[in-house]
Parts: sequence; structure tokens; C-alpha cells
Amino acid sequence: MTGLENATVLLLQASPGGYDPILPGLILLLPLLGFLANGALGLIGGVRAAEELRSGREPARHEGRPLTHTLPTWIGPATIGLAFVLTTANFMAMLGAELTDPIVRSYWMWMATGTLGVEAAIQLDQLSMIMMMVITGVGFLIHVFSVGYMKDDPGYPRYFAYLNLFVFFMLILIMGANFPMMFVGWEGVGLCSYLLIGFWFQDREKADAGKKAFIVNRIGDFGFLLAIFLLFVSFGTLDYATIFDQAPEVLTYGGGVATAVTLFLLLGAIGKSAQVPLYVWLPDAMAGPTPVSALIHAATMVTAGVYLVARAGVLFALAPVGAAAVATIGAVTALFAATIALQQYDIKKVLAYSTVSQLGFMFLGVGVGAYAAGVFHLMTHAFFKALLFLGAGAVIHSMHHALHATHKDWDAQDMRNMGGLRRYMPVTWVTMAIATVAIAGIWPFAGFFSKDEIIWYAGTAAGVGGGYGALFTVLWGMALAAAVLTAIYMTRLLVMTFHGSNRTGDAEASHLHEAPLTMIVPLCILAVLSVVGGWLNVPGSVRNSIFGGFGLLPMSDWLDRWLQPVTQSAVDIRVAELGGYASSAPVGGGHVLWGAIATGVALVVVILTARAVSRQKIVPATQDTVPLSGIRKHLYHKWYVDELYDRVIVRPVVRASRFSWRWIDQILIDGTVNAVGGVARGFGWFGSLFQTGQVTTYAFILTLSALAVLGALIF
Amino acid sequence: MTALLDAIGYDVWALHALIWLPLLGMLAVLLAPQERAKKIAFGWTAALFLLSLGLWWAFDPEGPLFQLTSRVEWIALWGVSYALGLDGISLFMVLLTTLTMPLAILGSFRYIRKHEKAFYALMLLLQTGIVGVFTSMDLFLFYVFFELTLVPMYFIVGVWGGERRIYAAIKFFLYTALGSLLMLVGILYLYAQARATGAPPSFHFLDLLGTPLTLTEQLWLFAAFALAFAIKVPVFPFHTWLPDAHVEAPTPGSVVLAAILLKLGTYGFLRFVLPLFPEAAIHPTVVMVMLTLGVIGIIYAAWVAAVQPDAKKLVAYTSVAHMGFVVIGIFALTVNGLQGGLMVMISHGISTGALFLILGMLYERRHTRAIEDFGGLARVTPLLATALIITALASIGLPGTSGFVGEFLALLGTFERYPVLAGLATTGVIFAAYYMLPMVQRILFNRLENPENRSMPDLSGREIAVLAPLVALMILLGVHPTPVLERMDPAVQAIVEYVDDANREGPLAAAARAEGERFAVEVGVGAREARDVPGAGLQRPATPESMDLVRSMHWPGTAGFPGQEE
Amino acid sequence: MLVEALVLSAILFVIGTFGVLLRKNAIIIFLCIELQLNAVNLSFVAFSRFLGIDGQLFVFFVMTVAAAEAAVGLAIIISVFRHYEAVNVNNFNLLKW
Repeated sequence: MTGLENATVLLLQASPGGYDPILPGLILLLPLLGFLANGALGLIGGVRAAEELRSGREPARHEGRPLTHTLPTWIGPATIGLAFVLTTANFMAMLGAELTDPIVRSYWMWMATGTLGVEAAIQLDQLSMIMMMVITGVGFLIHVFSVGYMKDDPGYPRYFAYLNLFVFFMLILIMGANFPMMFVGWEGVGLCSYLLIGFWFQDREKADAGKKAFIVNRIGDFGFLLAIFLLFVSFGTLDYATIFDQAPEVLTYGGGVATAVTLFLLLGAIGKSAQVPLYVWLPDAMAGPTPVSALIHAATMVTAGVYLVARAGVLFALAPVGAAAVATIGAVTALFAATIALQQYDIKKVLAYSTVSQLGFMFLGVGVGAYAAGVFHLMTHAFFKALLFLGAGAVIHSMHHALHATHKDWDAQDMRNMGGLRRYMPVTWVTMAIATVAIAGIWPFAGFFSKDEIIWYAGTAAGVGGGYGALFTVLWGMALAAAVLTAIYMTRLLVMTFHGSNRTGDAEASHLHEAPLTMIVPLCILAVLSVVGGWLNVPGSVRNSIFGGFGLLPMSDWLDRWLQPVTQSAVDIRVAELGGYASSAPVGGGHVLWGAIATGVALVVVILTARAVSRQKIVPATQDTVPLSGIRKHLYHKWYVDELYDRVIVRPVVRASRFSWRWIDQILIDGTVNAVGGVARGFGWFGSLFQTGQVTTYAFILTLSALAVLGALIF
Repeated sequence: MTALLDAIGYDVWALHALIWLPLLGMLAVLLAPQERAKKIAFGWTAALFLLSLGLWWAFDPEGPLFQLTSRVEWIALWGVSYALGLDGISLFMVLLTTLTMPLAILGSFRYIRKHEKAFYALMLLLQTGIVGVFTSMDLFLFYVFFELTLVPMYFIVGVWGGERRIYAAIKFFLYTALGSLLMLVGILYLYAQARATGAPPSFHFLDLLGTPLTLTEQLWLFAAFALAFAIKVPVFPFHTWLPDAHVEAPTPGSVVLAAILLKLGTYGFLRFVLPLFPEAAIHPTVVMVMLTLGVIGIIYAAWVAAVQPDAKKLVAYTSVAHMGFVVIGIFALTVNGLQGGLMVMISHGISTGALFLILGMLYERRHTRAIEDFGGLARVTPLLATALIITALASIGLPGTSGFVGEFLALLGTFERYPVLAGLATTGVIFAAYYMLPMVQRILFNRLENPENRSMPDLSGREIAVLAPLVALMILLGVHPTPVLERMDPAVQAIVEYVDDANREGPLAAAARAEGERFAVEVGVGAREARDVPGAGLQRPATPESMDLVRSMHWPGTAGFPGQEE
Repeated sequence: MLVEALVLSAILFVIGTFGVLLRKNAIIIFLCIELQLNAVNLSFVAFSRFLGIDGQLFVFFVMTVAAAEAAVGLAIIISVFRHYEAVNVNNFNLLKW
């Protein structure tokens, strides 16, 4: 710590009076260079593999090949690692500076017309900095993990190329200084998500999942675009600085424009962050490699919606309807997804619905105006959910090897085929257990602090005016229920996977093994972060209770204070219009009491669930023939939402498309065109009747006509 | 660079050379031995592209609107002149043409197997016609070039096309000719009206500009011109010739058709329809009809494209959707809308051209265009797959590619005036993914099942040379489009301002006439002269004195025209 | 004098016309066309007596053209004969659509 402080002091001396960004462009450039290098290597590998394929052989593995294995192994993680180092340096520098206004660096004029000027510019402030730390930090760990996880894959360099590109676009999303820049990152990460979900593209279902993710995301992007247009029409610019500065003057509080903008932004956020009703792509996105799920579909990309709401906090503060919609969507999603997670057997599907649910919590947080709380949960969630996914990845990796060794065609991801894995994978077990406790919200793990804060704010927001009290009370209740469900399904996952007796099979069990070092180390680091991550922002109101370690935890309210320059104006508007938060929950009780209730309930639920699940008789998936009934069946089938969408949206659109083609285009329009041609042909046919080919006939007609003309002239 | 160009007098001869040198190349191709025809054609067009690059520097974005102007009497009795000129809009259309031609020819080396000499001769003839259309300042000349493009395209589709080539070629020819004949009537009427004011006979655009017309006349003339251009664009519901022509045309034919010929229509709207009929152009009914047709085109064509079993037909329908963005951008009549429309035109030319080239390469390998015959190609042809993915993404407007800049600006510009219609049009970004991604998936992804696909060779060096510049341009224009946008800006501003002025100055066309003079004088000056006349450039406000000076010097009918004397 | 010449010219022209319309032999039709031309020539000459030399000038034009026409026409008839072994115009209907 002293070393870091020294560094901070040195940096402060170098730039007295403020924060001078250290090569911020390089943070962006490094992942891009990594993408280019790995992409080139991926193409080389692809071309070689294609040659082998053409000559009839199955492509060889990359492992051990210097060009397509060793180089990506270094380039991939190293570029992100360097970016993380640079980000940390910038973070330290910013820590030491009293930065009030964001720092904007413009590189070139991107789009300029007579009335519009959009620059390729980045913005560094407290919010983007904390996001950058999460992205490059967690991103680096996942890159390292991927080295072990993907080393056998024929697409190894291509994988790192996509992953690097993802980090690049994610950083653009975060660092962009105007809405179009954010949109570049927004769609760019969508592209990488598409490419990585469908990474094993020979598998039709995986390719379909990628496509689904892209198209559903584009529905959100449609909303985002409209919001951008509306903002431009209202402000004449798209730069954050100007818009957020002028918003209180330009937009009337609760006015139509502000509401429309926020609702359209919300649509974009719903798509990207997999909220109800557009969440359906995220569970399918689990088709991608597991580290991808950890990085993109848990820790970073899907949180972009939360970032968007936090970033545009001023706008949401000006549009109470929009903010309430965010909170409502969040709470509904949190509860809804949690119910589905209860009855899934695929380990990644459970985590996917868990992610959707946790994102709902974040939406609830930023929706009730607790921007820092939302971002706080975003950060802690990035730690423990990435850890859960990576742990699941280690499990799947091990299961896959075991099943592969005996050529058993069982599903390596089905928890019914696991059980008792803690004997074979102790480190994975311990780290995942920590993450489970963290996400369940038990003190003093990270999830406790962040989730508790969101629920607390949702509850206390209910106590204020503006006509939303009843709504927020309901949302608060839903959040509490979702928190309980979280503890249940996560405990179920942990117990089914690691405890009890092994169900993989005797021959296979001997092949189960702990993950290699490159995978273990990231797990351990994330486990530590899942514990201490929450201590960054111990609420001041509980600081001197047991939850704050009686004041021993040093960082109380740190994140709140850190983000204050970014969130202050939004909070000010909110307080001015709606009043502050109440000091107690809707049904009474202070923060300390509710913290105690939350952690106590969570603990009890975890214990009860653990006992219930271990008593349950679980059989491997292939032998599990007892049909589910009642609510469990509905949960297992995810409330039939996919089927509903298929029937109500997908099939009608496809049917309308076919109808348009067959009937409107081919028969109506083209038929008319051809009919016009046909009429012309008919006239031609009639005229051709006179063309006998006989010279005599022609001469006769000629003479008659000449006589007729002559006669007409004379008479 | 500018000094070098000045030293060789580039301004004076560049446009003439770009129009007529292809004809010389045609002669060279016809005289050459059969097996060398394609190489000569490629070399010739490539050299022309290099030559046309000089326009980038010769065109001064700070200078007057029309540059490199020249005017020579052609049929003096009727006032027909051989008048050329280049503004920020036509600059990029010419560059797009000269770039596409050599690439289309290079991409056809294996595809065209019969009558090679005739084919490449026709391609060069086509180039003459297209460059002529984009640089004509005289409506009569424009019409001649406009029709001239039809003939080679008719033969290219009809001789080297697929099974239903005769049907497609005749449909293409008759449909387009029908529209342009109505336009000819419109041109003649406009000419007659201009004569009726006592002005000397002239078909020159700047002379006809501001011709007094009643609103009814404007609407009728608008209809005549708009039909010709709407068929060419094509605007829904005049689009059904396009899928047929595209599917049957040989690869280079499809490329030229999509990349350039469709732009003739939108270019015509921008260059002629909006300024000549300013009242009709903002007439609420007209605007609503055009915008609605544009929006329908975007959504409807995307839907129809999505269910096509034939890859080439799919891409053909996407052209209709893309051109819908151009149409709404144009008729929203905002600076952003027009800029966006132009960017979509350029971007569509690059990305759809590349798509057709790639589909042609697949056809050469497998002799099929059916999507279902492919699958899993990313494993056997990684380079082709990479090119196809990037191109497809540019086509659906992913940010960072040229497609995004165009669609974003076009939609933004439309939103400024017609938010609801723009909102509907924005659903096009969803449907773009809906048609493009399944095609990409069914060609590149999924299991590699068909054994014939297993032995498919990847891109050859020649094919890489064809695709690489296009792919590079897609990304370059997506990341840094400003140099293009700022060159188009004066022309776009001038159109928007002119139409606004013409309408604001009162319903009387006479007022528009006065405005027309201002517009024409400012813009009609040749590049070099303009630099000598203070205040003549569009960027600098003109003082009344300088305006009088310019008017007395350059207004046709008083003291002749620049380029002729001085 | 003029009237007699014109009447003769008219009679010749009508004979020629009926010949063209009714006869089937290509050579005869050809001769009938010549007859028509010469009928016109006759009226030209007759008119030139009253209206000046232009009429006779035209006659020379007509005769020149007729000569050229005769050459081309006979060549066509011969080549047709070579093909069909006949000069009956009913046989020639290739021009039918």
C-alpha cells in the first residue's frame, strides 16, 4: 500500500493541481493491436487448417505451435494486462487529484456535417475510471484463465482476437465522450458477443444463439438510436458534457422529451443488459466458451445498460417516469429470472438466469436514483459472477475431459451428472463457495454490501413523495423475494455440483481433476476480490455497527464519494423534485436492522437449501425420467417465454415476409409490371396479323391507303 | 499535389479525359487479341482510376460549388451544349465509378468465358456513360448519357447472364427506358418554359434553374422526373426489375448495377429534381409520398430479402432497402439527411459491390447461388469468410463501418423533421440483422455437410486484390468519413439553402427565379476564376458589389461563360 | 394536249398498279413497277411543257433511281430464284413476323 501511495504522490508532484491522463489512448490501442495481431495469426491458422481439411485430414491442434499457439498465449493476455497497468496508473493519479470536471481527449473529427459534429473523443472521469478498472482487471484475469481453458481448441488465436476486440469495444463504450461513441462500443461489443457465442460455429444451435443475441440486441439498439436522435434534436449536440450540463435548462422536469429520451435509452439498456422482456438472448448466449460467458455475459458487456443509466443519470433524474420504469423493469427482472434459475439443470443456465436477476438488482438501484449503489453492485457482481462462471468453466473443463476420456456422450454441463466434485477440485470448490456466499448476500462478503445497499435505497425511496411510494414499496418487496431466491438457487448449484456423491460414473471419475494453474490463479484472485470488494463502500449508516466492523473497515462510503462528481447533479435534481430518501424501510426499521435481517435470512436459507438439496435424490440426466409437474415444469421450461415469442413475434414476421414476397412482390407488383408488358405484346400481336409476309398483300394495303389519303385530300 | 495538377492543366482536361478515354480503351480492347482483352480492360480502367484520384486534390472544398467546369456549344440552334462540371456530390460518384470499374473487371476474369472482347468493350462503354451522367451540366447531355448507360447494361445482362437473362434484360431496358422517356418530355417542357421567358435557348442546368413554373407545372414535371429516377433507384414499388436483373446479370454486371447504376437515380433527385422544382420538392403530399415509399422500401425489402433462397436475390433486395435510406434522407431535405443519403450511396456502392463480388466468387466455385447449397464455409475458406463477414457488417451498418455513418446521418436528418417516419425507418436496423445474419450463418457457419464444399479453394491472390481495397474503404470511411463529408458539405448546403430560399421568397416562381440567379452565379464559376473573384465562393459571404461584378462577367447570355473565354 | 398526256399516264399507272397487285411472277411485278414509274415520268414531261424544265430534271432522277433499283431488284430476284427455284411471290413469306 505504501508503494502505491508513493506512486500517487509522485504522480501528483508530476502534475500539481490536477490529474493529467497517462496515455489514455494507449489503453484503447493495446487491445486493438492485440486484436490485429491475433486476428492475423487466426487467419494464418485458419488457412492452414483449411488446407489440411481440403487434403482430407482433420485439422491438427494448435498447442505447441509457436505461431498460432504460443504467440496468442502471450499477446492476448499481455495487451489487456498492460492496459490494466496503465488504467491502474491513471486511477492512482485520479485518486490523488480533486477532479471535478471530466477530462475529454479528442482525437479526430469523426462525423461532421453543417449542423452536427461528432468527435472521436474519450472522456475520463470517476465513473469511466471505475468501469475501466473492472473491465481491464477482470478482463485480464479471464484472458489468463482462457489460456488454460482454450488451449486445445482449433480456433485458439481467433478466440483471443475476438476477446481482445471485445475489450477494445467495451473500453470505447465506457470511455466515449459522446453518445455516438458509446453506440460504437455498444454495437461493437454486440458484434464480439455474436462472434464469441457462435465461436463454435459448426454447431448450428450455437450459431443460432449468436444470431439471436445480435438481433435481440438490435431491438435495443433501435431504441438507443432514437434516443440519440431525440437528444440531438433537443440539444444540437451529442457530447455528454454539453448535454448533461444543459439538460436541466433544456428539458422540463417530467416533460415529454425527457421521458421519451429516457424510455428509448431504457429500451437500449434492456436489450444490452438482458432485462425483461428482451432477456431471452442471454441464456442462449451460454453456447459460447465459458470464459466468454464470464467476461461478456456476466462481468462487463451486460452491465453496459447499468452504465448507460448511471451515465445519463441527469436525464433519468429529469424524467421520473423513465427512472421508475428502470426500477420496475429491474425489480421484475430480478424476481422473474430468479424463479427460472431455481429449476435449471445446466450449470451455466443457472448462472445465466442469475446474471439476469442480478442485473435487475442493478437496474433497480440506478432506477431509484442510487447510482453509486448500482455501480457498486455492478463491480462486486463482476467479481463474484466472473468467479462463478470461471469456476463453472473449470468444472465443465474437467467434466469434459473425463467424459471425453471414456467417450461417454453425457452432457458435461448438466449438474445432474456432477456431484461430489469437491474431492477432485478442492480449489474450485472453495472459491465457488466463497462466490456463492457472496452472491447470496452474507456478511462480510461483497454481495452483502452492494445488494443490501440497493434494497435499502429501493425501500427508503418508497418513503418519499412524487406518487411513486406505493410502486417502490412493491419493488422493494420483489427485490427482497429475489434476494431470497438468489440464496436458494445458488446453494442448490453449489450442492448439486460439489457435494453429495459423484454421479459422473466410476470410470470417468478417475479422470476428474483440478484445473491447471492458469485457471486456478484467476479463480483465487477473484475469490479474494469477492470478499474484500464489498468493503469499498460500507454505508455510513452501518459503519459503526458490526456490519462495518465497528469502524474497522476503512473505506466506508468510498465509492459514493468517489462517484459524487458524476452523480451529484442527478442526485440534486432528484432530491429537489422528489425529496431525499426516508430514514427507514417502508415497514419501519433502520439500516442496521435490515442488514441483520438480510444476512440472517440469507444464512438460514442457505443452510435450509443445502440440507434440502442434499436430501434430494438426484440421478444423472439420462436416467432422470420422472416428468416435472406443476410449477416446477413451468420453471424448467422458463415460463415458455421463448415459445411465446416464437409464436407471437418470430413466426408472424417470417410469415409476413413470405407473404410479402410471394403475394405482394411476385404476384401483385411484378404481376402488374408483367401485365403491362403483356398488354403491349397484345397490341403487337394484333398488328402482326396484318403481316402476312406476302408482298402482294402489303402492296394492296399500300395502294388502298394511298387511295384513301388521296380521297381524303380531294374531298 | 495541387501544384503538380495545376502544372499539367489537370483542371482543364480531367473530366473530358475521364469520359472519353474509356471509349479509346474500348477501341484498344476490340483491336487486341481475345486472350489479352481482359488485361487491357483492367489496366485501362485502373489507370483511369489513378487519373481520377487527381480530382480529390483538384476539387477545392473551399472553392465554388461547381468546379472544373467547361462549356462548348454542341447543337447551337437548340442551345444544347457539351457542358461539364463537378461538385462535391458528383466528385464522389465519379470516384466510386472509377474505383468500381477496375475491381468489377478484375473480379470477372474467371466468370466471363465467351465473347470476352465484346464484354470488356461494353464495360468501357458503360464507364463513359456513367461518368458522363455524373459530370453533365446540360440536361440534354445528361439525358444522352443516361440512355447510353442502358445499352451496354442491356447487352451485359442479355448476353452474359444466367438462364432467364433475356427476360431480365428486356425488363430492365423497357422499365428504365419508359421512365427516362417521360423525363425527356419533362426536360423539353422545362426547356420550352424557359424559352418562353425570352431567355436564349439552353439546356444548361444553371440556365434552367429558376425557370418560372406554376405549382401544378412543377408537380407534373416532378412526377415525370421522379418516375424516371424512382425506377432507377429503385423506389418501392418500382423495384421488381432489380432482383431479376441482379440475379441474371453476370458478376461484374451486378456489381456495376448495384454499386453505380442505382445511384444514377438518387443522384438525379439530388442534382436536378430538388433544385429545379423546389416547390414540388417540399410539397407536403410529395414529401409524404416519397418518405412513405422510402420507409416501406426499407422495411418491406428487408422482409422480402430475409426469405430469399437465392443469395444474389437476397442482396438485390437489400439494395432496395438501402436505397430507401437514401430516399428518406433526400426528401427530408435537411443537411444531415442529404449527407447521410450520400454516404449511404457511397457505402452501399462499396459494400454491396463487394457482396456481389463475393457471391460471384462462390458461384465460380460451386455454380450455384442457392444459400442452402453452402454451409460451414468458414472452415474451408477463412479468408473469404472474413471478407464476407466484414462486408455483411458494413452492409447492415455496424458502427465503425461506412454503412453506419450513412444510415445514422440519414435517419438523424429525417428525424429532425419527420420523427415518426424516421422512427419507423430506424426499425430497418433490426430487420437488416434479420436478413443478413441468417444468410451469413447459412453460408459460412453451421456444419460443413456438402462434400463439394469441402474441397473449395480459398481466395486467390487476384480475388484478394479485388476485395481488399473495398474492405479497407468500408472501415476507413466508417472510422474517418470527415474528409468525404466536408467535401460534400458545400453542395449539400447549397441544395438545402436553395430550396429553402426558393420557397421562402414567396409562392411566386419569379422570386425563385431571382434566387436562382444568385445560386447560379455563385456556383457557375470555374474553380480558378472563382479564386480571383472576391466573395464568389460559397463559404465567404458575397458583397453586393462583387455579386454585380460576377453577374456581369459570368451570367450566361450577358457575357458568355467561363471556360469558353478568359 | 396536257389532258391527253395525263390520261395516258393515268391509264399506264393503273395498269401498272393492277399488275403489281395481281400478278404473281416477281419479274412481271417488277416490270409493272417500271411501268408505274414511267407513267409518272410521262406526266412530269407533260407538265414541264407548261411549268418549266424542273419536271424533265426529275425524270432523269427517276430514271437513275429506277436503273439502280432494277439492278438491285433483279439481283434479289435471282438470288431468291436460286434458293426456291421459283419466282412466284406467294412463296416468299419469310418476312411474316
